[in-house]
Amino acid sequence: MILRVSRYRPGVDAEPVFQDYEVPDRDDWAILDALNHIKDTVDGTLSFRWSCRMGICGSCGMTVNGEPKLTCGTFLTDFTGPVTVEPLRGFAVIRDLVVDIDPFLANLSKVTPWLVREGEEPASEFAQTPEQLEAYKQYSMCINCMLCYSACPVYVLNPDFLGPAAIALAQRYNLDSRDMGDRFDVLSSEEGVWGCTFVGECTSACPKHVDPAEAIQRYKLTAALRSVLPFSRRRS
Amino acid sequence: MSYSPPRDRLWFLRRRAYLVFVLRELTSLFVAWSAVYLILLLDAFADGALPAFWDWAGTPWVLALNVVALAAVTFHAVTFLNLAPKATVIRLDGWRVPDFMIVGGNFSAWLAVSALILWVLW
Amino acid sequence: MSPLRRRAEPYLWLLFGGGGVVSALTLPALVLILGVLVPAGVLSRPDLTALLSNAVVRLALVGLVMLALFHAAHRIRFTAEELLGVARWDRFIALTCYGLALTGTVVTASILF
Ligand code: SF4
Ligand code: FES
Repeated sequence: MILRVSRYRPGVDAEPVFQDYEVPDRDDWAILDALNHIKDTVDGTLSFRWSCRMGICGSCGMTVNGEPKLTCGTFLTDFTGPVTVEPLRGFAVIRDLVVDIDPFLANLSKVTPWLVREGEEPASEFAQTPEQLEAYKQYSMCINCMLCYSACPVYVLNPDFLGPAAIALAQRYNLDSRDMGDRFDVLSSEEGVWGCTFVGECTSACPKHVDPAEAIQRYKLTAALRSVLPFSRRRS
Repeated sequence: MSYSPPRDRLWFLRRRAYLVFVLRELTSLFVAWSAVYLILLLDAFADGALPAFWDWAGTPWVLALNVVALAAVTFHAVTFLNLAPKATVIRLDGWRVPDFMIVGGNFSAWLAVSALILWVLW
Repeated sequence: MSPLRRRAEPYLWLLFGGGGVVSALTLPALVLILGVLVPAGVLSRPDLTALLSNAVVRLALVGLVMLALFHAAHRIRFTAEELLGVARWDRFIALTCYGLALTGTVVTASILF
Protein backbone atom coordinates (compact mmCIF):
# COMPACT_ATOMS: atom_id res chain seq x y z
CA MET A 1 0.00 0.00 0.00
CA ILE A 2 1.26 3.45 -0.94
CA LEU A 3 0.77 6.36 1.44
CA ARG A 4 1.03 9.76 -0.30
CA VAL A 5 1.93 12.04 2.57
CA SER A 6 1.94 15.82 2.39
CA ARG A 7 5.29 17.20 3.59
CA TYR A 8 5.99 20.77 4.53
CA ARG A 9 9.35 21.70 6.00
CA PRO A 10 9.29 25.37 6.96
CA GLY A 11 12.26 27.24 5.55
CA VAL A 12 12.92 24.42 3.05
CA ASP A 13 9.64 23.97 1.14
CA ALA A 14 7.83 27.00 -0.26
CA GLU A 15 4.63 24.98 -0.17
CA PRO A 16 3.66 21.42 0.77
CA VAL A 17 4.86 18.59 -1.50
CA PHE A 18 3.76 14.97 -1.60
CA GLN A 19 6.06 12.14 -0.70
CA ASP A 20 5.17 8.49 -1.34
CA TYR A 21 5.90 5.78 1.20
CA GLU A 22 5.37 2.06 0.78
CA VAL A 23 3.79 0.58 3.90
CA PRO A 24 2.84 -3.02 4.69
CA ASP A 25 -0.79 -3.67 3.80
CA ARG A 26 -1.83 -4.92 7.22
CA ASP A 27 -5.54 -5.25 7.75
CA ASP A 28 -5.34 -4.35 11.45
CA TRP A 29 -3.55 -1.07 10.81
CA ALA A 30 -5.11 2.34 11.01
CA ILE A 31 -3.62 5.19 8.97
CA LEU A 32 -1.98 6.34 12.18
CA ASP A 33 -0.21 2.98 12.57
CA ALA A 34 1.12 3.30 9.04
CA LEU A 35 2.36 6.82 9.77
CA ASN A 36 4.09 5.58 12.92
CA HIS A 37 5.62 2.76 10.91
CA ILE A 38 7.07 5.35 8.52
CA LYS A 39 8.33 7.49 11.38
CA ASP A 40 9.92 4.55 13.22
CA THR A 41 11.51 2.65 10.34
CA VAL A 42 11.65 4.81 7.17
CA ASP A 43 11.78 8.53 7.82
CA GLY A 44 12.14 9.89 11.34
CA THR A 45 11.59 13.46 10.20
CA LEU A 46 7.89 13.01 9.43
CA SER A 47 5.85 15.08 11.90
CA PHE A 48 2.27 14.54 13.03
CA ARG A 49 0.24 14.68 16.25
CA TRP A 50 -1.30 11.76 18.05
CA SER A 51 -1.71 10.45 21.55
CA CYS A 52 -4.45 8.05 22.60
CA ARG A 53 -4.84 5.87 19.47
CA MET A 54 -8.46 5.28 20.47
CA GLY A 55 -10.52 8.24 19.33
CA ILE A 56 -10.47 10.08 22.65
CA CYS A 57 -7.76 12.73 22.59
CA GLY A 58 -8.77 14.34 19.32
CA SER A 59 -5.23 15.13 18.20
CA CYS A 60 -4.78 12.86 15.17
CA GLY A 61 -7.20 14.55 12.76
CA MET A 62 -5.95 14.76 9.16
CA THR A 63 -7.34 14.92 5.66
CA VAL A 64 -7.42 11.35 4.33
CA ASN A 65 -8.28 11.07 0.62
CA GLY A 66 -9.89 14.47 0.85
CA GLU A 67 -12.04 13.76 3.91
CA PRO A 68 -11.39 14.99 7.45
CA LYS A 69 -10.76 11.88 9.57
CA LEU A 70 -9.31 10.70 12.84
CA THR A 71 -6.35 8.72 11.54
CA CYS A 72 -6.45 6.37 14.51
CA GLY A 73 -9.98 5.33 13.52
CA THR A 74 -9.52 5.10 9.74
CA PHE A 75 -8.16 1.77 8.55
CA LEU A 76 -5.99 0.80 5.60
CA THR A 77 -8.57 -1.81 4.65
CA ASP A 78 -11.03 1.02 3.89
CA PHE A 79 -8.96 1.88 0.80
CA THR A 80 -7.71 0.07 -2.25
CA GLY A 81 -5.43 2.43 -4.13
CA PRO A 82 -2.85 4.86 -2.77
CA VAL A 83 -4.07 6.86 0.22
CA THR A 84 -3.30 10.56 0.40
CA VAL A 85 -2.73 12.01 3.85
CA GLU A 86 -2.78 15.80 4.20
CA PRO A 87 -3.04 18.16 7.14
CA LEU A 88 -6.53 19.29 8.22
CA ARG A 89 -7.91 21.90 5.82
CA GLY A 90 -8.78 25.33 7.11
CA PHE A 91 -5.75 25.64 9.36
CA ALA A 92 -2.24 26.92 8.75
CA VAL A 93 0.35 24.16 8.40
CA ILE A 94 3.23 24.34 10.86
CA ARG A 95 5.10 21.29 9.65
CA ASP A 96 4.11 18.22 7.59
CA LEU A 97 0.78 17.11 9.07
CA VAL A 98 0.84 19.41 12.09
CA VAL A 99 -1.54 22.39 11.94
CA ASP A 100 -1.81 25.52 14.04
CA ILE A 101 -4.69 25.02 16.48
CA ASP A 102 -4.44 28.45 18.15
CA PRO A 103 -7.34 30.03 16.17
CA PHE A 104 -9.58 27.15 17.24
CA LEU A 105 -8.59 27.49 20.89
CA ALA A 106 -9.22 31.23 20.71
CA ASN A 107 -12.72 30.61 19.34
CA LEU A 108 -13.42 28.01 22.01
CA SER A 109 -12.49 30.36 24.82
CA LYS A 110 -14.88 33.02 23.48
CA VAL A 111 -17.97 30.98 24.43
CA THR A 112 -17.01 30.54 28.13
CA PRO A 113 -17.07 26.75 27.86
CA TRP A 114 -17.49 26.04 31.53
CA LEU A 115 -20.29 26.10 34.10
CA VAL A 116 -21.07 29.68 35.07
CA ARG A 117 -22.61 30.13 38.51
CA GLU A 118 -23.89 33.17 40.31
CA GLY A 119 -24.58 33.67 43.98
CA GLU A 120 -23.76 31.20 46.69
CA GLU A 121 -22.14 27.88 46.05
CA PRO A 122 -24.59 25.02 46.54
CA ALA A 123 -24.07 23.42 49.93
CA SER A 124 -24.43 19.87 48.65
CA GLU A 125 -23.86 18.22 45.30
CA PHE A 126 -26.06 19.43 42.47
CA ALA A 127 -28.10 16.42 41.47
CA GLN A 128 -29.48 16.14 37.93
CA THR A 129 -32.29 13.97 36.69
CA PRO A 130 -31.62 11.66 33.73
CA GLU A 131 -33.65 14.07 31.55
CA GLN A 132 -31.50 17.01 32.60
CA LEU A 133 -28.40 15.03 31.72
CA GLU A 134 -29.89 13.94 28.42
CA ALA A 135 -30.54 17.57 27.44
CA TYR A 136 -26.84 18.31 26.91
CA LYS A 137 -25.04 14.96 27.02
CA GLN A 138 -24.69 14.61 23.25
CA TYR A 139 -22.87 17.94 23.04
CA SER A 140 -20.51 17.00 25.86
CA MET A 141 -19.06 14.16 23.79
CA CYS A 142 -16.92 16.58 21.76
CA ILE A 143 -13.20 15.75 21.80
CA ASN A 144 -12.06 19.01 20.15
CA CYS A 145 -10.65 17.21 17.14
CA MET A 146 -11.53 20.09 14.76
CA LEU A 147 -12.75 17.73 12.01
CA CYS A 148 -15.98 19.73 11.87
CA TYR A 149 -14.03 22.95 11.26
CA SER A 150 -12.11 21.33 8.47
CA ALA A 151 -15.34 20.12 6.86
CA CYS A 152 -17.05 23.51 7.13
CA PRO A 153 -16.71 25.70 4.02
CA VAL A 154 -17.95 28.72 5.96
CA TYR A 155 -15.10 28.39 8.46
CA VAL A 156 -12.51 27.72 5.77
CA LEU A 157 -13.62 30.86 3.91
CA ASN A 158 -13.98 32.99 7.01
CA PRO A 159 -11.80 32.06 10.01
CA ASP A 160 -13.63 34.60 12.18
CA PHE A 161 -16.64 32.27 12.24
CA LEU A 162 -16.89 30.75 15.73
CA GLY A 163 -17.42 27.38 14.11
CA PRO A 164 -19.33 24.17 14.84
CA ALA A 165 -17.59 22.73 17.89
CA ALA A 166 -17.43 26.05 19.78
CA ILE A 167 -21.16 26.62 19.28
CA ALA A 168 -22.01 23.01 20.15
CA LEU A 169 -19.94 23.38 23.30
CA ALA A 170 -21.71 26.64 24.15
CA GLN A 171 -24.98 24.71 23.87
CA ARG A 172 -23.53 21.98 26.05
CA TYR A 173 -23.41 24.56 28.86
CA ASN A 174 -26.53 26.52 27.86
CA LEU A 175 -28.62 23.37 28.17
CA ASP A 176 -27.07 22.29 31.47
CA SER A 177 -29.44 22.84 34.37
CA ARG A 178 -26.51 23.88 36.59
CA ASP A 179 -25.36 26.65 34.29
CA MET A 180 -26.43 30.26 34.81
CA GLY A 181 -24.35 31.90 32.12
CA ASP A 182 -25.65 33.82 29.15
CA ARG A 183 -23.77 33.40 25.87
CA PHE A 184 -26.28 35.33 23.77
CA ASP A 185 -23.98 38.21 22.79
CA VAL A 186 -21.25 35.94 21.45
CA LEU A 187 -23.54 33.42 19.80
CA SER A 188 -26.12 35.74 18.25
CA SER A 189 -23.67 37.53 16.00
CA GLU A 190 -22.47 37.38 12.44
CA GLU A 191 -19.41 35.44 13.63
CA GLY A 192 -21.69 33.23 15.72
CA VAL A 193 -24.75 31.29 14.62
CA TRP A 194 -25.82 33.79 11.94
CA GLY A 195 -22.70 33.05 9.95
CA CYS A 196 -23.82 29.44 9.47
CA THR A 197 -25.63 28.57 6.24
CA PHE A 198 -26.40 24.99 7.29
CA VAL A 199 -24.14 23.07 4.97
CA GLY A 200 -24.40 20.24 7.49
CA GLU A 201 -20.98 18.76 6.77
CA CYS A 202 -19.77 19.33 10.35
CA THR A 203 -22.27 16.74 11.49
CA SER A 204 -21.20 14.25 8.81
CA ALA A 205 -17.55 14.72 9.74
CA CYS A 206 -17.94 14.44 13.52
CA PRO A 207 -16.56 11.13 14.84
CA LYS A 208 -18.45 11.47 18.14
CA HIS A 209 -21.98 12.13 16.80
CA VAL A 210 -22.13 15.52 18.46
CA ASP A 211 -24.30 16.92 15.63
CA PRO A 212 -23.00 20.48 15.78
CA ALA A 213 -25.26 21.49 12.87
CA GLU A 214 -28.26 20.75 15.04
CA ALA A 215 -26.78 22.70 17.94
CA ILE A 216 -26.38 25.74 15.68
CA GLN A 217 -29.89 25.58 14.19
CA ARG A 218 -31.40 25.18 17.64
CA TYR A 219 -29.55 28.21 18.90
CA LYS A 220 -30.66 30.22 15.86
CA LEU A 221 -34.24 29.56 16.88
CA THR A 222 -33.48 30.40 20.52
CA ALA A 223 -31.68 33.60 19.59
CA ALA A 224 -34.38 34.64 17.12
CA LEU A 225 -37.14 34.12 19.68
CA ARG A 226 -35.20 36.00 22.31
CA SER A 227 -34.70 38.88 19.90
CA VAL A 228 -38.33 39.03 18.87
CA LEU A 229 -39.72 38.59 22.35
CA PRO A 230 -37.64 41.04 24.35
CA PHE A 231 -38.90 39.86 27.71
CA SER A 232 -38.40 36.22 26.97
CA ARG A 233 -35.87 34.57 29.23
CA ARG A 234 -36.24 31.39 27.27
CA ARG A 235 -33.03 29.44 27.42
CA SER A 236 -32.03 26.32 25.50
CA MET B 1 6.48 30.36 10.11
CA SER B 2 3.60 28.41 8.72
CA TYR B 3 1.92 27.75 5.41
CA SER B 4 -1.64 28.86 4.66
CA PRO B 5 -3.03 27.64 1.35
CA PRO B 6 -4.58 30.28 -0.92
CA ARG B 7 -8.36 30.56 -1.04
CA ASP B 8 -9.82 27.67 -3.01
CA ARG B 9 -12.14 29.27 -5.56
CA LEU B 10 -13.62 25.95 -6.59
CA TRP B 11 -14.24 24.61 -3.07
CA PHE B 12 -17.79 23.59 -3.95
CA LEU B 13 -16.50 21.11 -6.53
CA ARG B 14 -14.20 19.34 -4.09
CA ARG B 15 -16.82 17.18 -2.43
CA ARG B 16 -20.15 15.84 -3.56
CA ALA B 17 -21.86 17.09 -0.41
CA TYR B 18 -20.68 20.65 -1.12
CA LEU B 19 -22.11 20.49 -4.63
CA VAL B 20 -25.48 19.28 -3.35
CA PHE B 21 -25.40 22.10 -0.79
CA VAL B 22 -24.73 24.73 -3.47
CA LEU B 23 -27.48 23.30 -5.70
CA ARG B 24 -29.85 23.41 -2.73
CA GLU B 25 -29.01 27.06 -2.13
CA LEU B 26 -29.32 27.93 -5.81
CA THR B 27 -32.91 26.67 -5.85
CA SER B 28 -33.62 30.01 -4.21
CA LEU B 29 -33.14 31.64 -7.62
CA PHE B 30 -36.17 29.71 -8.83
CA VAL B 31 -38.11 30.45 -5.66
CA ALA B 32 -37.55 34.11 -6.54
CA TRP B 33 -38.54 33.48 -10.16
CA SER B 34 -41.75 31.75 -9.07
CA ALA B 35 -42.64 34.77 -6.95
CA VAL B 36 -41.94 37.11 -9.88
CA TYR B 37 -44.05 34.91 -12.18
CA LEU B 38 -46.91 35.16 -9.68
CA ILE B 39 -46.52 38.94 -9.62
CA LEU B 40 -46.67 39.05 -13.43
CA LEU B 41 -49.80 36.90 -13.36
CA LEU B 42 -51.48 39.12 -10.79
CA ASP B 43 -50.46 42.23 -12.70
CA ALA B 44 -51.94 40.84 -15.91
CA PHE B 45 -55.11 40.00 -14.01
CA ALA B 46 -55.38 43.54 -12.65
CA ASP B 47 -54.89 44.95 -16.17
CA GLY B 48 -57.43 42.56 -17.63
CA ALA B 49 -54.66 41.12 -19.82
CA LEU B 50 -54.87 37.52 -18.68
CA PRO B 51 -55.30 35.92 -22.16
CA ALA B 52 -52.12 37.61 -23.37
CA PHE B 53 -50.35 36.42 -20.21
CA TRP B 54 -51.37 32.81 -20.73
CA ASP B 55 -50.24 32.99 -24.37
CA TRP B 56 -46.86 34.34 -23.24
CA ALA B 57 -46.63 31.65 -20.53
CA GLY B 58 -47.25 29.01 -23.20
CA THR B 59 -44.29 30.01 -25.36
CA PRO B 60 -41.61 27.32 -25.34
CA TRP B 61 -39.00 29.34 -23.44
CA VAL B 62 -41.25 30.39 -20.60
CA LEU B 63 -42.72 26.91 -20.38
CA ALA B 64 -39.23 25.38 -20.28
CA LEU B 65 -38.17 27.83 -17.60
CA ASN B 66 -41.19 26.91 -15.53
CA VAL B 67 -40.48 23.19 -15.91
CA VAL B 68 -36.97 23.80 -14.54
CA ALA B 69 -38.46 26.01 -11.82
CA LEU B 70 -40.86 23.21 -10.90
CA ALA B 71 -37.97 20.80 -10.45
CA ALA B 72 -36.05 23.37 -8.42
CA VAL B 73 -38.87 24.34 -6.06
CA THR B 74 -39.68 20.66 -5.54
CA PHE B 75 -36.03 19.97 -4.65
CA HIS B 76 -36.16 22.99 -2.36
CA ALA B 77 -39.32 21.71 -0.69
CA VAL B 78 -37.89 18.24 -0.06
CA THR B 79 -34.58 19.51 1.35
CA PHE B 80 -36.17 22.27 3.41
CA LEU B 81 -38.84 20.10 4.99
CA ASN B 82 -36.23 17.44 5.73
CA LEU B 83 -33.93 19.86 7.52
CA ALA B 84 -36.58 21.80 9.42
CA PRO B 85 -36.66 19.43 12.45
CA LYS B 86 -33.02 20.28 13.20
CA ALA B 87 -34.02 23.64 14.60
CA THR B 88 -37.04 22.39 16.46
CA VAL B 89 -36.48 19.97 19.24
CA ILE B 90 -39.94 19.14 20.52
CA ARG B 91 -40.19 17.56 23.90
CA LEU B 92 -43.39 16.12 25.26
CA ASP B 93 -43.13 15.26 28.90
CA GLY B 94 -39.38 14.79 28.57
CA TRP B 95 -39.78 12.54 25.53
CA ARG B 96 -38.06 13.94 22.48
CA VAL B 97 -40.27 13.65 19.42
CA PRO B 98 -38.09 11.82 16.89
CA ASP B 99 -37.05 13.64 13.71
CA PHE B 100 -38.88 11.28 11.38
CA MET B 101 -42.22 12.16 12.97
CA ILE B 102 -41.62 15.88 12.51
CA VAL B 103 -40.54 15.28 8.93
CA GLY B 104 -43.58 13.09 8.40
CA GLY B 105 -45.77 15.88 9.72
CA ASN B 106 -44.09 18.33 7.37
CA PHE B 107 -44.69 16.17 4.34
CA SER B 108 -48.31 15.56 5.30
CA ALA B 109 -48.77 19.33 5.52
CA TRP B 110 -47.17 19.69 2.08
CA LEU B 111 -49.60 17.15 0.65
CA ALA B 112 -52.60 18.83 2.28
CA VAL B 113 -51.66 22.33 1.11
CA SER B 114 -50.98 21.09 -2.43
CA ALA B 115 -54.36 19.35 -2.54
CA LEU B 116 -56.03 22.53 -1.33
CA ILE B 117 -54.35 24.61 -4.05
CA LEU B 118 -55.32 22.10 -6.69
CA TRP B 119 -58.91 22.10 -5.49
CA VAL B 120 -59.10 25.91 -5.47
CA LEU B 121 -57.58 26.37 -8.92
CA TRP B 122 -59.24 23.55 -10.77
CA MET C 1 -20.53 44.59 13.00
CA SER C 2 -22.87 47.39 13.93
CA PRO C 3 -25.47 46.82 16.66
CA LEU C 4 -28.12 47.50 14.04
CA ARG C 5 -26.93 44.61 11.93
CA ARG C 6 -26.76 42.42 14.99
CA ARG C 7 -30.38 43.21 15.70
CA ALA C 8 -31.52 42.73 12.11
CA GLU C 9 -30.02 39.27 11.65
CA PRO C 10 -32.53 37.30 13.78
CA TYR C 11 -35.49 38.89 11.98
CA LEU C 12 -33.97 38.20 8.58
CA TRP C 13 -33.45 34.60 9.60
CA LEU C 14 -37.05 34.25 10.79
CA LEU C 15 -38.26 35.64 7.46
CA PHE C 16 -35.91 33.21 5.71
CA GLY C 17 -37.16 30.26 7.72
CA GLY C 18 -40.83 31.19 7.45
CA GLY C 19 -40.35 31.82 3.75
CA GLY C 20 -38.70 28.45 3.32
CA VAL C 21 -41.63 26.65 4.90
CA VAL C 22 -44.27 28.61 3.01
CA SER C 23 -42.42 28.25 -0.32
CA ALA C 24 -41.98 24.55 0.26
CA LEU C 25 -45.64 24.02 1.02
CA THR C 26 -47.13 26.12 -1.78
CA LEU C 27 -44.73 26.76 -4.65
CA PRO C 28 -44.46 23.26 -6.15
CA ALA C 29 -48.24 23.05 -6.55
CA LEU C 30 -48.56 26.65 -7.77
CA VAL C 31 -45.76 26.33 -10.33
CA LEU C 32 -47.06 22.95 -11.46
CA ILE C 33 -50.55 24.31 -12.11
CA LEU C 34 -50.02 27.95 -13.08
CA GLY C 35 -46.59 27.61 -14.65
CA VAL C 36 -46.77 24.27 -16.44
CA LEU C 37 -50.18 22.58 -16.70
CA VAL C 38 -52.31 25.61 -17.56
CA PRO C 39 -49.91 27.19 -20.09
CA ALA C 40 -49.34 23.77 -21.67
CA GLY C 41 -53.10 23.43 -22.11
CA VAL C 42 -53.45 20.37 -19.89
CA LEU C 43 -55.71 22.23 -17.49
CA SER C 44 -58.15 24.90 -18.55
CA ARG C 45 -57.36 28.50 -17.63
CA PRO C 46 -58.72 29.11 -14.13
CA ASP C 47 -61.22 31.87 -13.47
CA LEU C 48 -59.39 34.07 -11.01
CA THR C 49 -62.00 36.82 -10.65
CA ALA C 50 -64.04 35.18 -7.93
CA LEU C 51 -60.94 34.00 -6.13
CA LEU C 52 -59.17 37.35 -6.12
CA SER C 53 -62.24 39.30 -5.09
CA ASN C 54 -61.72 37.73 -1.69
CA ALA C 55 -59.56 40.05 0.45
CA VAL C 56 -58.21 37.14 2.53
CA VAL C 57 -56.87 35.44 -0.59
CA ARG C 58 -55.23 38.67 -1.73
CA LEU C 59 -53.66 39.19 1.67
CA ALA C 60 -52.38 35.61 1.66
CA LEU C 61 -50.87 36.17 -1.78
CA VAL C 62 -49.03 39.29 -0.63
CA GLY C 63 -47.73 37.33 2.35
CA LEU C 64 -46.69 34.43 0.13
CA VAL C 65 -44.80 36.68 -2.30
CA MET C 66 -43.11 38.54 0.54
CA LEU C 67 -41.96 35.41 2.36
CA ALA C 68 -40.78 33.67 -0.81
CA LEU C 69 -38.82 36.75 -1.90
CA PHE C 70 -37.20 37.26 1.52
CA HIS C 71 -36.33 33.58 1.68
CA ALA C 72 -34.65 33.79 -1.71
CA ALA C 73 -32.95 37.10 -0.90
CA HIS C 74 -31.37 35.64 2.24
CA ARG C 75 -30.05 32.56 0.48
CA ILE C 76 -28.84 34.44 -2.57
CA ARG C 77 -26.98 36.87 -0.31
CA PHE C 78 -25.05 34.13 1.47
CA THR C 79 -24.56 31.91 -1.56
CA ALA C 80 -23.15 34.77 -3.60
CA GLU C 81 -20.74 35.60 -0.79
CA GLU C 82 -19.65 31.98 -0.41
CA LEU C 83 -19.35 31.15 -4.09
CA LEU C 84 -17.68 34.36 -5.18
CA GLY C 85 -15.80 35.10 -1.96
CA VAL C 86 -17.20 38.62 -1.72
CA ALA C 87 -18.21 38.60 1.95
CA ARG C 88 -16.45 41.93 2.46
CA TRP C 89 -19.26 43.59 0.46
CA ASP C 90 -21.91 41.98 2.62
CA ARG C 91 -23.56 45.29 3.47
CA PHE C 92 -24.06 46.21 -0.18
CA ILE C 93 -25.15 42.71 -1.21
CA ALA C 94 -27.57 42.47 1.71
CA LEU C 95 -29.13 45.86 0.94
CA THR C 96 -29.57 44.90 -2.72
CA CYS C 97 -31.11 41.49 -1.99
CA TYR C 98 -33.50 42.54 0.76
CA GLY C 99 -34.24 45.79 -1.06
CA LEU C 100 -35.40 43.89 -4.14
CA ALA C 101 -37.49 41.57 -1.97
CA LEU C 102 -39.15 44.55 -0.33
CA THR C 103 -39.80 46.16 -3.72
CA GLY C 104 -41.48 43.00 -5.00
CA THR C 105 -43.66 42.89 -1.91
CA VAL C 106 -44.72 46.52 -2.29
CA VAL C 107 -45.46 46.02 -5.99
CA THR C 108 -47.63 42.99 -5.21
CA ALA C 109 -49.52 44.87 -2.51
CA SER C 110 -50.14 47.84 -4.81
CA ILE C 111 -51.43 45.54 -7.58
CA LEU C 112 -53.85 43.75 -5.29
CA PHE C 113 -55.09 46.61 -3.10
S1 SF4 D 1 -17.96 18.56 17.35
FE1 SF4 D 1 -17.25 16.54 16.64
S2 SF4 D 1 -15.94 17.00 14.85
FE2 SF4 D 1 -16.19 18.92 15.98
S3 SF4 D 1 -14.42 19.04 17.35
FE3 SF4 D 1 -16.09 18.07 18.52
S4 SF4 D 1 -15.82 15.87 18.24
FE4 SF4 D 1 -14.56 16.88 16.66
S1 FES E 1 -4.87 9.51 18.54
FE1 FES E 1 -6.31 10.27 19.98
S2 FES E 1 -8.08 10.55 18.76
FE2 FES E 1 -6.70 9.61 17.36
